[in-house]
Amino acid sequence: MTSSTVKTPVADRPARRPAGPAGAGDRTPPPRTPPRRDRLSRHNLSGWLFSTPFLAFFATFMAFPIVATLLMSFTDFGLRNVTDPLSADFTGFDNYGELLGDEKFLRALFNTGYFVVLGVPLTIGSGLLAAVLLNSGIDRLRTFFRVGFYAPVVTAIVAVAVVWRFVLDPTEGLIAGLAAQVGLTAPDFLASETLAMPSLIVMAVWRNMGTAMVLFLAGLQSVPTEVREAARIDGAGAFQEFRRITLPLLRPTMLYVAVMTSIGFLNVFEEPFVMTNGGPSDSTLTVSLYMYREGFNFFHMGYASAMAYTLFVIILAVTLLQLRLLKDKTK
Amino acid sequence: MSTTTAPRNRYARRDARIRRRRAVTYALLGLGLLAMAAPFLWMALSAFKTEQELSASPPRWIPREWTLDNFRTLLDLLDAPLYFFNSTVVAVCVTLCNLLFCSMLGYALAKLNFAGKKLVFGIVMAALMVPGNLMLMPKFVMMSKLGLIDTYAALILPFAAGAFGVFLMRQFMSSVPDELLEAARVDGAREWYIFWRIVIPQVKPALATLSIFVFLGSWNNFLWPLVATNDADKYTLPVALATFATDPTKADGSNGVLMAGAFLVVLPVLVVFILLQRYFTQSIATAGLK
Repeated sequence: MTSSTVKTPVADRPARRPAGPAGAGDRTPPPRTPPRRDRLSRHNLSGWLFSTPFLAFFATFMAFPIVATLLMSFTDFGLRNVTDPLSADFTGFDNYGELLGDEKFLRALFNTGYFVVLGVPLTIGSGLLAAVLLNSGIDRLRTFFRVGFYAPVVTAIVAVAVVWRFVLDPTEGLIAGLAAQVGLTAPDFLASETLAMPSLIVMAVWRNMGTAMVLFLAGLQSVPTEVREAARIDGAGAFQEFRRITLPLLRPTMLYVAVMTSIGFLNVFEEPFVMTNGGPSDSTLTVSLYMYREGFNFFHMGYASAMAYTLFVIILAVTLLQLRLLKDKTK
Repeated sequence: MSTTTAPRNRYARRDARIRRRRAVTYALLGLGLLAMAAPFLWMALSAFKTEQELSASPPRWIPREWTLDNFRTLLDLLDAPLYFFNSTVVAVCVTLCNLLFCSMLGYALAKLNFAGKKLVFGIVMAALMVPGNLMLMPKFVMMSKLGLIDTYAALILPFAAGAFGVFLMRQFMSSVPDELLEAARVDGAREWYIFWRIVIPQVKPALATLSIFVFLGSWNNFLWPLVATNDADKYTLPVALATFATDPTKADGSNGVLMAGAFLVVLPVLVVFILLQRYFTQSIATAGLK
């Protein structure tokens, strides 16, 4: 970087705070600032000094482990290597080859996909619906509703998973009780191969829609009312206005919500860990849960690393795909 | 109101339509809220029910006989105060570290021009996207090699400087007027003094927001504490609750005891959230809009 790219902060910004504690009333441009070159070198040193702590942590707990995971995924890293990491044997692409033939892994991959493909649109849809309702001109109880819808987001997944397990309990659960009241028998949701995964999805939507709602609310408030009124005057109905005006203007928010929700859902771990332990017969086994088991119950860490990287590549691909699909095409 | 009846009718009709739409909106929101709150209510009320009332059919929402037995049993089976203490120590330390380190880098990115700034910002953005599960195995090996498994250090250090915090602080610090900084520089103040005495006091609301987010993230964190602790004495609350809940021999098979446990984990967070809700929803929105 050369000094020509450095901006003089004072010169090209309008003074927004005339009476600062330093020179009250003194609005003359400061002629006494040191020459640019001096300031750049001074900024260089302090800039890097201020960056050092974060970068040190980043290097130790992120950059290095990301590379180490990749290296480990090409070895037979096992329990004995925890104390002696360098003696792990290089096995090339064996772990990845084994993954492709591992039915359990393919099952976990399918389950994770199922969870994401259903869970993400449902989360976005219900978050958007709540935001639109909250933004439709109601003034009373707005904060009350917003707090209520957002509350599950702040609670520990482990705790709410324990609660949901009980809500879905076939004998003492809330749903079973309510069903009994109207003369029905509720199925044993979490013990059913077909219903266990949908149950986890419903719980995940319940827990995560608040984030989407808050983001969409902020997005909706930045849509100028004039634009929407203009559409109304031109004869657009409420639905048309939403589809043709509001939704396109929400595109950046939609992109952000979709990317963040997808990353979270692809890493799903706590829900199956607490509620079903991957069962029944692996119908809720997810990639992260399988990785945890292989890595920390059996200490097949090389194999688990290959799984972690496969998932990471999938996450990257999904993110890039979303960036392409939802990119602002007007630019 | 002094016009003829025809337009007045039209207004009345429009008002009726608006009222109807508003009623539908409130009804939908109310139903949604009920669905959101039901599991929490069910948890809170069940925690105070007796064994008989828990298995009552049809289910009874309000216990006829309130009891603390579930909490007593829970405290007999699980050293909840210890886990509460562990969770608190870890969350407080992680929060303090983040406040310091994230503000420092946030300041550098917002207010200093240095060679390589773009690279550092790129690193922060990338770090925001990388899922934590990816680094689990090497982090565990590293911590074992350092002999830090089952220590607070293992639970704190990996989360001491989060990218989200840097992002947030950079945003808030950008809006601190440059004149303030320039004036201090002219007076010969050192960069650390400017950061600590001038910029930090200006961004106190941002620090509050960051504290809440980091504290909660740490309080609810599960996978890493699960991996980094073997000794039950170092468990955090979620790890203790999860091991307790997934081991059929431990909870006496009692849903009431489990609800008491979940209640203890969820209640403090919900209370704090309701008291400070402005900070939550505002800051997540600012972070999302960039």
